[in-house]
This record gives sequence, C-alpha cells and structure tokens, in this order.
Amino acid sequence: MDKFTKLSGVAAPMPLVNIDTDMIIPKQFLKTIKRSGLGANLFDEMRFNQDGSEIPEFVLNQPAYREAKILVAGDNFGCGSSREHAPWALADFGIRCVISTSFADIFFNNCFKNGILPIVLPQEEVDKLMDDAQRGANAVVSVDLESQTITGPDGGEISFDVDPFKKDCLLNGLDDIGLTMKKAEAIDTFEARYEAQAPWA
Amino acid sequence: MSNPKTLYDKIWDAHLVHEEADGTSLLYIDRHLVHEVTSPQAFEGLRMAGRKVRAPEKTVAVPDHNVPTSLDRAKGIDDEMSRIQVEALEKNAKDFGITYYGVDDVRQGIVHIIGPELGWTLPGMTIVCGDSHTATHGAFGALAHGIGTSEVEHVLATQTLIQKKSKNMKAQINGALSEYVTAKDITLSIIGATGTAGGTGHVIEYMGEAIEALSMEGRMTVCNMAIEGGARAGLIAPDQKTFDYVMGREHAPKGAAYEAAVAYWKTLFTDDGAHFDKEIILHADDIAPVVTWGTSPEDVLPITATVPAASDFEGGKVDAAARSLDYMGLKPGTRLQDVAIDTVFIGSCTNGRIEDLREVAKVMEGRKVKDGIRAMIVPGSGLVRAQAEDEGIAQKLQEAGFDWRMAGCSMCLGMNPDQLKPGERCASTSNRNFEGRQGRGGRTHLLSPAMAAAAAITGRLTDVRDL
Ligand code: SF4
Repeated sequence: MDKFTKLSGVAAPMPLVNIDTDMIIPKQFLKTIKRSGLGANLFDEMRFNQDGSEIPEFVLNQPAYREAKILVAGDNFGCGSSREHAPWALADFGIRCVISTSFADIFFNNCFKNGILPIVLPQEEVDKLMDDAQRGANAVVSVDLESQTITGPDGGEISFDVDPFKKDCLLNGLDDIGLTMKKAEAIDTFEARYEAQAPWA
Repeated sequence: MSNPKTLYDKIWDAHLVHEEADGTSLLYIDRHLVHEVTSPQAFEGLRMAGRKVRAPEKTVAVPDHNVPTSLDRAKGIDDEMSRIQVEALEKNAKDFGITYYGVDDVRQGIVHIIGPELGWTLPGMTIVCGDSHTATHGAFGALAHGIGTSEVEHVLATQTLIQKKSKNMKAQINGALSEYVTAKDITLSIIGATGTAGGTGHVIEYMGEAIEALSMEGRMTVCNMAIEGGARAGLIAPDQKTFDYVMGREHAPKGAAYEAAVAYWKTLFTDDGAHFDKEIILHADDIAPVVTWGTSPEDVLPITATVPAASDFEGGKVDAAARSLDYMGLKPGTRLQDVAIDTVFIGSCTNGRIEDLREVAKVMEGRKVKDGIRAMIVPGSGLVRAQAEDEGIAQKLQEAGFDWRMAGCSMCLGMNPDQLKPGERCASTSNRNFEGRQGRGGRTHLLSPAMAAAAAITGRLTDVRDL
C-alpha cells in the first residue's frame, strides 16, 4: 500500500453535503476488473456533459483546482455504496486527503487501505478550511500525519485525531493482510474452539 | 443482571479472535458472500501474493449486478465489460473452490436474497459482503457488514476482519402498522427522522411491537436500509419466526444440529438494562405510506405532503435540497400525488422477495397498469420467481401489464441494460435515489411495493389507501 506521511497541495472546496460514492464514481465504471485508471472518471456525471465535454463550473475543471490533492467537503462524504472504486478514483486523480465533518463508515475505512487520509474536523474548522479552499491556486494546504496537523495557506495550524492503528499502517504503508496472517495461530485456536461450540456455522 | 449486553455485544464477543489494547479487533467471519463487481481485484490480489481462500466452504459467489434480466439471457451478455466481470467471478470461484450460482441455476439471484433463502444466512453469525446492503442479513440476528474490496481480500485470505467496535443504537417502533403501511415505510421513516448520517458509527437494533409483527421478508426490508441511515449494520433479535424461516433450508442445520442451534439462537437478545448510545422511538400510528422527493434517502415525506422548498432546510442541506429539486424537476408546493411517472420498478434486495410480489398482486387485483407506463418486476432470485409462478401471481401480474423478468439487481442501479433515460421518472421499490443511480439523469422516487403498484395503476405517485 502507498505510504502517507506529508502532503502539500491545492485544496478544492466541495461544500455539498451527502456526496455519495455513486457521484464519486458512477456505476458504469465499476465494470473494470482493475484498480487503476479510474481518475479519468472521478465525479464523472458532475464533471462531464454527456458528450464528454467538461462542465466548466465543476470545481475540478477550474484551472486553479485541476491539480488538487486535497478535498474539503460537506457533511457525510462517501455515503452509499461500498464500492472501493471511489477511493481508487480519488487516488488515481491525485487526491490523497479528504477533510469533512463526517464520513460514511465503509468509505472511511476504504480510504486508509488506499493511502488516502480522511480527516474529521469540527464544523468551524471545516468552514475555515472551506474558505481557504475557495481562494483558488492560493489554497495550498499542508497535512502532516506524523504530527497530526494541518497548516492552512496563512500558516494557521489545526490538529486532528486519527486512529493509532490506522495511522501506523498509513505511515508505514503496511498491508493489513500480512499483519493478520501473522496471527494465524490465534485464528486457528479460535476456529477449533468455535467449531465445537457452533458446528452449524 | 450483572453485565447486561446488547445483541450486538453478544455476537461481537462470540466472534472476537483478538483484541489490541486500543480496541482494534480481529473478528471471525462465518459467511462471506461475493458478487462480480467488488471482487475481481481482491482475487487478483490473492493470486499476486500467492494466497489461498482460507475457508472456501464459508464463501459463496453469485453474479447479480451485471446480469441481464431478459428472458433470453442464457445466450450471454452483450456488454463486453459486464461479460468479462461475470466470467471472472465464475473462474475465480472455480479456481478457489467456492460455491457458485450461475445465471442458468434457479438459485441465482441478488446476493442478499439468496443468502437467507438458501440457509447460508443464520442467526448469530457474522456475515460480510463487498456490498453495503449486506445489512439485510441483520434481520436474522446476524451481524452483517458491507466491506470494501481490500477487506474482501482480507476476509478471503484470513476469514477475519479488522474492526473496531461500533456504538449501539436502538430504533424502537411501538404499536401496530395500519393497512398498507409496510416495512419499507418504517425504514424510510426512520431515515427521514435521523438523516443519512444518523446511524454513522453505530449498529442499529430494531425492536418494538411493529418490528416483531413483521414477517422475515419485512424485517429484511428494514435492515436492508440501515446503511441508508449511515449505520454499520442493522439487527433484529431472532425469534420463533426466524427459526421457522430457517428450518429446512438447503444449508441450514438439520435435525439434532438444528435443535442445538435453536437453543443457542434463543440466547441472542438484548438483556434488560443493556446500554444504548443512541435511541430513536417512533410510533407506528405516526408512520404513513411515504415517498422520497429528492436525491437522498433522507428526503422522505408522507404521500399526502407537498414538495418542500430549499428554504425549509438549514445549513448545508439548503444547497443540497436546491440541487435535488432541480435534478428531480420538482417545484416546491406541488402535491406529491400530482407527480406523474414514466416507469415503475419492482425489485431489488430491499423489495424483491415473495411477500413483496404478493403485496403488488393484492393491489393489482382487478386493476391494470396504466397505458404508456413501463412497469417491470424483477424477482430477487430465481427461486422467488419460481414461487411466484407456482402461486399464480406471475401470470396475474403479467395480465395486469407488468413485464415479468429474470432475477438480478437490474434497474436498482442499472449496471445491466435496465436503465432510466435522462429525465425519466421512476417509482422504485429499491433503496437509493441518488443522482444517476438508475441511469444518468433518471429521477427516482423510493416507495413500497404497494405504493409502486398504485403508481403503476394511475401513472402518478398515489396514496395506495385511496385506490
Ligand atoms: S439490488 Fe441494488 S442495492 Fe441490492 S445488491 Fe443489487 S444493486 Fe445493490
């Protein structure tokens, strides 16, 4: 998995609440059997007209935000479908951090497995970063996972919480499966006991 | 009781393999359901790492999202990408020794319908699937999570899932539902009350007289949409109805094993005095047949209401509501019952079970689908379809003007050819009204099967009680 340590880049504002994973990557792009290449269709129906031309008002089509690495988003980002294609598309586009007041659980988990850091902040702080993000190319925000701080374009610092296990996995690019495989013995022991208890399962 | 536990606590404790000091836990998984859309990359990952599926006998695969629902589908899938995805699942199932139900098997259907139907889903289990509506299986008192593809790979390789315990939430529905108020109206009304993020970080246990009175089908409808309320899972304590439903199903325990299982399943309830972090209590009398007007499942109103204005909301919801109204092509103040529809879709893992089809047949008795309305019924599984044919429902519905199709997800998300065209408006028994969900530019109104039937008859959103 890709590591995440520090990130510095333009933050794009998406104040809409309840941005669902169908919006992030519509179903017609779920037919792939690969993880890569989905960035081209990130937010497809919001970003492109049906003839494939860009919708100029959409934030990631505006010159200042075409290279955005961070999204500042409205409440409940990533709700709906469990599709991991959503974080795959974000990462492939180059977005490695999403900041909101809240995330849907499955999307939140999926981010960590793909080197994306989702950050939950209180409303006032998201509002402040949203204002910062509105400033276009000047909206450069830095995120430091080690020290758990965000530095805004004016140098103001905001600290954030992150689950220690998930932080460790991101910082070191650790593969969950490898970690769990090391506990094979505990799983074997559990299975033996459980089989006796609940043979029907 | 010294240490009262919730149902969630009990299932969690019974499956805990390992817990770190910070609460990060390894949970044992009893059943892993797999479909074609969210699994190819997981199997690819296993192959690349030279790993096996740890417990193929606990893993079940079925294609549902991409499969055509036309009667001639045995001739194959036209869309190349869809075909490749379905073929990949079949090959992966074979290579890794997993049970697979192809489209030529009568047991094929939507993953969340066939799990319970075939007895793969049992009370007290942990069940996962790379699909958010895995919550459906919670109706059996099973802890059922939707997971991402990386987690699918993790479960395939280790039969465990890394989890932190969620909080407990209680949703209690007191009293009895009136006629034509259904499980769908309960679950939508709860989301309307809590919002789509109301359950975030929680496992919801549904309880109360109205829930106990529901059939297993109705309970599945309620739990199915727990995810639309943001919850990690939905749960309902198993009872005699649950045990009766399970009995005799293909993969359920039989004889003495069944008796032993029931004895254990009877311990699966929330103890008196157990702690819930959050509670919502509704009274069944206050629940009416509802429909959604917007593009979030929380945009719910009784059918007797009018379309709201963006200014009726607060905060970030003002812009979201304005966007929804524009997308849906609705004017504030319009009576919901005056909204004309083009299409009716009856099906999905929310409402594609036999009871739903019986409900539709009941409303359609002596009535017809209005001319010009496209009305389709997509049974949730081949077995549901066969049962409806045995009961004579299928014939009646076809005579009433419905298109009677083969099993699959179909227009719930339109990954197969069943889609809405831009601007088309659909009365749908599915679970998501997101922008573009049923086809780019398509407009979805979520409602119950009875309400969908009423809309098919009149060609507009209709209060089924007025027919
Ligand atoms: S019926 Fe709809 S919600 Fe259910 S699994 Fe299929 S696509 Fe998902």
